[in-house]
Amino acid sequence: MTGPNAVTFRKVNKWYGRLHVLKDIDLTVAEGERLVLCGPSGSGKSTLVYCVNGLEEYQSGDVVVHGVRVSEDDGTADEVRPSIGMVFQQFNLFPHMTVLDNCTLAPTKVLGAARSEARDVALAALERVHIADQAEKFPSQLSGGQQQRAAIARALAMKPRLILFDEPTSALDPEMVKEVLDTMVGLADDGITMICVTHEMGFAKRVADRIVMMERGEIVADAPPSRFFDRDQGNSRVKAFLDQIL
Amino acid sequence: MVSSTGRAFAESRPSLPARAASWIWHNLFGTLLNTALTLLAGLLVYRIVASGLDWLVFRATVAPAEIRTCIDNGGACWAFLQDKWRLILFGMFPYDEQWRAALALAVFGGLVITSCVPAAWATAERRRWMTALWIVGAGILGVLMLGGLGLRQVEIRLWSGLPLTVMLASVGMFLAFFLALGLALGRRSRLPVIRWICVVYIELIRGVPLISLLFMANFLLPIVMPAGMTVPNLLRAQVAFVLFFAAYMAETIRGGLQAIPEGQYRAAKALGLGYWHSMAYVILPQALRTVIPSLVNIFIGGFKDTSLVVVISMLDLLGTANSAKADTRWLGLFMEAYFFIAMIYLAVCASMSWYSRWLERRLAAGERR
Repeated sequence: MTGPNAVTFRKVNKWYGRLHVLKDIDLTVAEGERLVLCGPSGSGKSTLVYCVNGLEEYQSGDVVVHGVRVSEDDGTADEVRPSIGMVFQQFNLFPHMTVLDNCTLAPTKVLGAARSEARDVALAALERVHIADQAEKFPSQLSGGQQQRAAIARALAMKPRLILFDEPTSALDPEMVKEVLDTMVGLADDGITMICVTHEMGFAKRVADRIVMMERGEIVADAPPSRFFDRDQGNSRVKAFLDQIL
Repeated sequence: MVSSTGRAFAESRPSLPARAASWIWHNLFGTLLNTALTLLAGLLVYRIVASGLDWLVFRATVAPAEIRTCIDNGGACWAFLQDKWRLILFGMFPYDEQWRAALALAVFGGLVITSCVPAAWATAERRRWMTALWIVGAGILGVLMLGGLGLRQVEIRLWSGLPLTVMLASVGMFLAFFLALGLALGRRSRLPVIRWICVVYIELIRGVPLISLLFMANFLLPIVMPAGMTVPNLLRAQVAFVLFFAAYMAETIRGGLQAIPEGQYRAAKALGLGYWHSMAYVILPQALRTVIPSLVNIFIGGFKDTSLVVVISMLDLLGTANSAKADTRWLGLFMEAYFFIAMIYLAVCASMSWYSRWLERRLAAGERR
């Protein structure tokens, strides 16, 4: 937790039209840190994550990733994206490609890896999420949990320094949530920087170094799990939120 | 009747004639209305088939025969077609060299059929082979049609009939497709200038009938061109076709692009794929797949619309059929010529439509399986 910063938000503001979705966000995530973002829906947590790899633009302030200020206009967003993995709520696998091709596309086209090398890396990534045996199948032939693990493998195949998760288990049937969470716990143990938007408080308790809670575009709590889940804490908003979801 | 197990049921299954009889009874004569409709439709089919066969076969006349015999017999005058089929197929292409045009059609047909086999494009190595095959094929086609390498020169203005139709359609659709890709992407561009150019182009072209575009290409282009520069007739028509069909295909492709969920764009972007990479590997393969039926529809329409070049006095398949009926020896006959070219159009269009349905099923199977 004392390493250099992977991600720094400085006075970041974002509006959708007149809707102020991010208000003066200040946040740092250290290299190797595992951060869980939570909060009621519409609080701006997904938007915050999208600002890290430039899928969403922000109107003022700075988002700095690995020392580079992320901005679509300067083209710096393109620069940092290959080092940032992203896992979406809806998986967003490419349906016309096999799982393996999903995992080798970006390494070959973006990093310029040779096909055979990209294949080895992709198979290793699929092995790590325990679906190497599904490599030649198309996404639609997999269960939801397997698809999300394939999406994680696709992110891992780029050998990212940081992985963003945007509600990775929200679109899954309950019986598949566990296999995806277990995969994510495995990644957390490997020491990769993680920013994870999730409502899975059990997961947060288990792997997070810090839990950040947002409400209406503002950060209202930022604490390690031990303090965050402390029933006697003074933060009424966290209490209200936890009462609602637990 | 009622069996307790599937096996017993299979054994007690009625014989084929019995099942057929039952099917006919239930589907064709179940109710009074059904029976009436069946009889009516049957009568109609019988009348059409009978009179069709009468004209095509029973009262038809084959060579050697003269027009008088044909008229006396009252059926189709195949003797007329037997005399004129080479004129209809190859038009003004020098008679002794028409084997070259026929061979060119065969070579082109072979290339197209080979390209229609998905396995031919399955690996990078095969794709290179296919590209090489097409380059060599195009060279052979050029030599066959134009001459050279010991073959007599044939002027482009003599190209007519089926080779002209096929060329106008295939080259036209091929080039129009790539122009359409550019227009479709441009129409969704983030740069307003590019977007507006594409919108204006598409709307302008779509607002004008093809026939007037052909006239413009034919009469305006030579005026606009610098003095002393002549553009062959064929090229003018070709350009008009490309411009016209590109606008329609562009709108179809745009529809396909819009059908791709936002998440696909985001996932490609998040992986670091740039605009062109995302388009080439993620978005377009999916978008084009969804619009195959509509694209084939445009191909089919385009193939038939090439016959409009008769208005700028070019002899495509329809034009040569028209010139066949001008022969004084067969004056008054035309049905046979039109029937002949109709069959050619039908064969080509039906193949395209069959192929697109097959391709759709196959692609769908690839994703689900």
